[in-house]
Amino acid sequence: MTDTTKQPKIQVRDVTISYAGKAVLRNLSLDIHPNERLAIIGPANSGKTSLLRCLNRLNDLQYGFSVTGQILLDGRDIYAPNVDVAALRRRVGMVYAVPVPLPWSMYENIVFGLRVTGIRDKATLDERVETSLKSAVLWDEIKDRLHEPAHNLSGGQQQRLCLARVLALHPDVLILDEPCSGLDPISTGKIEDALAELAARHTIILVTNNTKQASRASDRIAFFLMGELVETGPTTQIFTKPNDPRTDDYITGRFG
Amino acid sequence: MRLLSPAQAQKVAVATMWTLAAITIGILVFIIGYILVLGLPYVTWSFLTEAPRQMGRSGGILPMIVATVAVAGLAVLIAGPVGVATAVYLTEYTREGRLTSFIRFGADCLAGIPSIIFGLFGFVFFTITLGMGLSVISGALTLALMVLPTIIRTAEVAIRAVPYSYREVSYGLGTTRWQMITKVVLPSALPGICTGVVLSVGRSISETAAVMLTAGSAPRMPESMFDSSRTLALHFYILSREGISMTNAYATASVLIISILSLNVIAYWIMNRFMRRVR
Repeated sequence: MTDTTKQPKIQVRDVTISYAGKAVLRNLSLDIHPNERLAIIGPANSGKTSLLRCLNRLNDLQYGFSVTGQILLDGRDIYAPNVDVAALRRRVGMVYAVPVPLPWSMYENIVFGLRVTGIRDKATLDERVETSLKSAVLWDEIKDRLHEPAHNLSGGQQQRLCLARVLALHPDVLILDEPCSGLDPISTGKIEDALAELAARHTIILVTNNTKQASRASDRIAFFLMGELVETGPTTQIFTKPNDPRTDDYITGRFG
Repeated sequence: MRLLSPAQAQKVAVATMWTLAAITIGILVFIIGYILVLGLPYVTWSFLTEAPRQMGRSGGILPMIVATVAVAGLAVLIAGPVGVATAVYLTEYTREGRLTSFIRFGADCLAGIPSIIFGLFGFVFFTITLGMGLSVISGALTLALMVLPTIIRTAEVAIRAVPYSYREVSYGLGTTRWQMITKVVLPSALPGICTGVVLSVGRSISETAAVMLTAGSAPRMPESMFDSSRTLALHFYILSREGISMTNAYATASVLIISILSLNVIAYWIMNRFMRRVR
């Protein structure tokens, strides 16, 4: 379970995110603890994905993007000028809403990030492929055809491949942006199982539009609404007696 | 009142389009066939491996084959990297703005300039001002300028066709921009880039006016990059224009056509194999 006595893994301090001068997330402060599974829920345009894409600085690519405030990973400002952004992105691995396997074999997809860091040893690569595929609950399904094109996989398998691809880099933090939005319930279940196991070694931040998924796959919930954090709390508490009526309205489906 | 029922209109449309397509193919087959029928009987082993005698009235075309390969090959070797680098700059390193539209406008203008103008420029600039003389290198540089826009635009289209999500995934896995370009974007764009390069080789091989003014027309084996030389297309032009030998002119044209056709076939074959490997 969540250990709140240690230093938070990620500290978000008074962060405001804007695109082309328009703020999409305002004055957000949020601590994320080591090995917790935090689900971020909220209706569309509430700033969930924007926050996620700040945590690995993927927003840097967006023209007109700006962020104020501080985001600390293990106490260090990730927007400090001397930060190695590529290394940060390996530590904060991201899974996207739509699975995008690169146009290579399944094996090549997983070892790509490792090769880039200079790992060439075949035994090491093979070992990482196996362990990360097992963690992503995909190994048994594809172990005999690792060298086939990744595009041959079903959508759910592709998404687990994308998860394995990120896990191979041994990230500290996993950020998942609605990873099950296009998947069937069985694939979704497999990804949720994987996440439950992974919480032992990783800090997991899951953005989801599916309130049921948030209740199943998280220890704590942060509810965002129109660019503001409404409340955070343990998952059971948010679902049984939330502090803010708006949270109650959202999770019981009265809006959003 | 309708003239034709929808089913009849459909039939007429299909028949019309089929006919027009057949005419296109027919013209191609006729031109190639005409040249090959007149020229191929004279394409013998000795024609391909001997030097011309009496200004090409007899003998072979070996020096012209060597000159063509040298001039066209060098041109593409020069224009390829420059063109691909420009395309990468346009697509990956800048945002759309005045500069990119200016570069693109420039490339389009360059593409619209008649080849004889390139020849004149090459003659004045490379041959005289830079003192390269009528030589393989002058010709190659001139042709490189000429095919540059084709390579830039085809490479740009190919690079843009690589989904943006691939770039995001690559960044997400901790690559630098350079690694993203060299390991993800360019390999995916390679078939398209190859198409542009092959088109450019074809244009370089068949160019006449620009090479006449820059690479010269000496019908002998070029011994270095600074030697004057005569390419196949130019040889064919001179043989027919000056009435030296129509049979050898057709034979030369046959060699030219067969080289370009086989170049295209090989390029398509390689591209197909490559695409099957990545998909």
